[in-house]
Amino acid sequence: MQNWINRLIAAGEFGKNPPRDLVYAAVIFGLSAVVFLGVAFPFAGIVSWVERRVWARIQSRVGPNRVGPNGSLQWLADGAKHVLKEDIIPDEADARLFKLAPYLVVLGFVLPWAVMPFSSALILADLNVGVLYFTAITALTVVGVLMAGWASDNKWSLIGGIRSAAQIISYEIPAGMSIFPVVLITGTLSMQGIIRAQEWEPYHWFLFSNPFCFVAAIVLYISALAEGNRTPFDLPEAESELVAGFATEYSGMRYLLFFFAEWGNMFIAGGLITTLYLGGWQAPGLSASPLVMNVLQLLSFNIKVLFLVFTSMWVRATLPRVRIDQMMSLCWKFFVPIAFINMIGTAVWVALWPDGNPVAGYVMFALGVAIALLFIQRVMYYLKRSRMEMYLHPTI
Amino acid sequence: MSDATEPTLRTEEMTLNMGPQHPSTHGVLRFVIRADGEVMREAVPDVGYLHRSIEKIAEKVGYHGFMPYTDRVDYVCAMFTNQGWGMACEKLAGIEVPRRGEYCRVISTEFNRIASHLLTVGLMGMDIGAMTPFLHALREREMINDLIEELCGARLTFNYMRIGGVAWDLPPGWREKALAYLDHLDPILEEYNALFSYNKICIQRLANVAPISAEEAINYNLVGPNLRACGVKWDVRKDMAYSAYADFEFDVPTGRGQWGTIGDSMDRYMMRIYEMKESAKILRQALTRMPDGPVLAKVVRNFRPPAGECQVRVESARGDQGWYVVSDGSGYPWRVHVRTGSFAAMGIIQKLSRGLMIADLVVLIASLDVIAPEIDR
Amino acid sequence: MEPLRIYERLKERFGERVLETIEKKPDPFVLVDPDALIEICRYLREDPELAMDCLSNETGVDYKDHVEVVYHLFSYGHRHGAVLKIKLPREEPRVATVEGIWKSANWMEREIFDLVGVNFEGHSDLRRILMPEDWPGHPLRKDFVEPQEYHGISTVRESPIVRLDSHKKKPA
Repeated sequence: MQNWINRLIAAGEFGKNPPRDLVYAAVIFGLSAVVFLGVAFPFAGIVSWVERRVWARIQSRVGPNRVGPNGSLQWLADGAKHVLKEDIIPDEADARLFKLAPYLVVLGFVLPWAVMPFSSALILADLNVGVLYFTAITALTVVGVLMAGWASDNKWSLIGGIRSAAQIISYEIPAGMSIFPVVLITGTLSMQGIIRAQEWEPYHWFLFSNPFCFVAAIVLYISALAEGNRTPFDLPEAESELVAGFATEYSGMRYLLFFFAEWGNMFIAGGLITTLYLGGWQAPGLSASPLVMNVLQLLSFNIKVLFLVFTSMWVRATLPRVRIDQMMSLCWKFFVPIAFINMIGTAVWVALWPDGNPVAGYVMFALGVAIALLFIQRVMYYLKRSRMEMYLHPTI
Repeated sequence: MSDATEPTLRTEEMTLNMGPQHPSTHGVLRFVIRADGEVMREAVPDVGYLHRSIEKIAEKVGYHGFMPYTDRVDYVCAMFTNQGWGMACEKLAGIEVPRRGEYCRVISTEFNRIASHLLTVGLMGMDIGAMTPFLHALREREMINDLIEELCGARLTFNYMRIGGVAWDLPPGWREKALAYLDHLDPILEEYNALFSYNKICIQRLANVAPISAEEAINYNLVGPNLRACGVKWDVRKDMAYSAYADFEFDVPTGRGQWGTIGDSMDRYMMRIYEMKESAKILRQALTRMPDGPVLAKVVRNFRPPAGECQVRVESARGDQGWYVVSDGSGYPWRVHVRTGSFAAMGIIQKLSRGLMIADLVVLIASLDVIAPEIDR
Repeated sequence: MEPLRIYERLKERFGERVLETIEKKPDPFVLVDPDALIEICRYLREDPELAMDCLSNETGVDYKDHVEVVYHLFSYGHRHGAVLKIKLPREEPRVATVEGIWKSANWMEREIFDLVGVNFEGHSDLRRILMPEDWPGHPLRKDFVEPQEYHGISTVRESPIVRLDSHKKKPA
């Protein structure tokens, strides 16, 4: 990146003798703005539409289908509507904190896009502590949510905010401990480094490299759901209890920003899991041209991340909500010990086989495929039993 | 909690208002909750937001004219209130309903029971956070609504029964459609159970939440599925058989506490699933064995039952409704009172709420199947 | 046990305090002295052969010259029921509460207090349940006149049909 900017400066694109630091800063800000505004926010918006359509199919109804072809412009309509709404700030609320809270939450979801490895060349900042940066920044949402709950001057919002803070902080621990196995295997915290240590074949992904990593990936996925306030852990915004939890008093665009953060969080959590366990952007080396390879890698990364996003929408439509004390006991009594065991187990594994054990990879992959086939078989069984023809020809 | 260990830490109780507008309360209910964080000290219900003085209206509109008003007493299971009013007037005047009319009554009320229970289990799902079971249950309920619309013209407030029978006979072809629907319903209930009822999270949320013992239930006059979940085997349809129920064979399921304690929310919830299956049994028998004949007894237009009073109990979806009608010999009832299952269930909520979490209060209300119009009338 | 048998037992046991047994069709009932109500109810509940463990319905009825409270009792053990009635004067009707015997009386007596105006002595929480807290009067009384306004909100309005036709009423 720096070489490219230097070449541009030398070619006189920025006028005569520009101050280098300012140019660097300007370019980085510009590119970041492009990524954040052009990719992150539209992605969050489109995810809202996809989520509604996916839920609708699961709930045997049709989702939004009026605005645009199949309702695909629904998110734009929603965004415009929210922008045009009246911005209500409660009288007794702490106005400065009230206004600041959504921005902190959005920061927590937007900044990790800087380390999202879309392909081998498309990464905004290949920090060599990428994973650590990621975990640190996503914890910003806690501050924002708590601030929103407190500043709303509404007891229900406060309950929602505190629940959310407790939940996110608690689930940081299994999430963090589930990242360690991969770090132990590769010895690096850099996102690109971790991806380069995997191959594109599924049995070379870290997911299947040893049984502890398999379980650690699942624990990481569940913790990511909890961190993003997704069902089954969406107590902070439990609709049937707290109206909208910590976001009850918000209206208009501020309200939408919280939900942008939730939808965008799905992507970056998926991105993290893909990077660590699913081989990231690794794609089969079908061509020598770096452009084609980059496109393939971009596709590979996006397909994996979008599959994880789809799964989290699927889970949200299916499972009920866990109560707060059950959720905390699940985290502390269940996930933390399991994550701990995974960490120790992987450490032992790495000590025994420092270069990885391909046999374990094949065995775990076969196991994974078997589980997937079993799942598909159960789905077919239930589909057959539910007499689909009744839905197409109701009684009258 | 903290006061015992750290006497210097001062904690305060929060007073929350789960107001009349709320996504989860079943109708317009209000709770004033005194909570210590998440755990409630007490939840005091405040009802009356839906009071429409239906009982006083009865004194003005007369016996025949009151039938549509009874729909609104409990609009989710309106057939039962229709039947209760019809039966009370018939008991006062000594009218006998023709056999086919009784069968039509049984069929319509049992379909309404299934529809009401589908709504309840769906709402339970929604209150816990699973949105999908609600829509699946409503999809099945839509089919029942279509059937009943073909029968009596309305989807919610039916006004189908009259004093002395029912208003219209079954339309041609309706029986086959109803039987086809029943064949469709059984595997759907299995699927519903597999999807939601036996889900580990659902069991965790529902089991051991607010168990009620049998003595307490009887003392507080809980009725219907709430009472049966506590282990009391009492069903007005079987034990004080009215209408044509004596002709049918069906079981009365009671709570067994398999997932927690007897009488907890899971039992109350599963009661409704079991009862739907029993209703399907009754419906099959009724639809296949319908006698012929008229459906409405001859009742004069200006209906004047002799002076007297009577009490009639009808096993509604929410419990047994007690209709108490006092007649003074004129064409207008002197007093009409309906004691509904939801009214009785509200009386116990304040006591049960001590020590529950706020999330459990929602589950408790949903499991007791409280509907606001029944409480307030 | 038939209701009439139950009333005979009551009469045997309490003599004068059971005022009369009215064998009305369809439902016979027994009229008791309001002062003896608690004793009679406790006996009905605790006697092993009667065992009325459930107060199934409690209603207040306003007759033009007196007020009645009707108790429908039921026994889940023996599957029989009974109907008790007490007559109270119309001004200041008061009777002891049976909440200590059957908890279900709590809400039902609140409703009777709210709508008919009977004062239940000893009730733990006697306040209006269906009407707002500061509503004047007791709506189910036969002589209840609805107030013209409540907190500045008018309770009367013109019939809209009158309005629709008002353009036709041209002065001749």
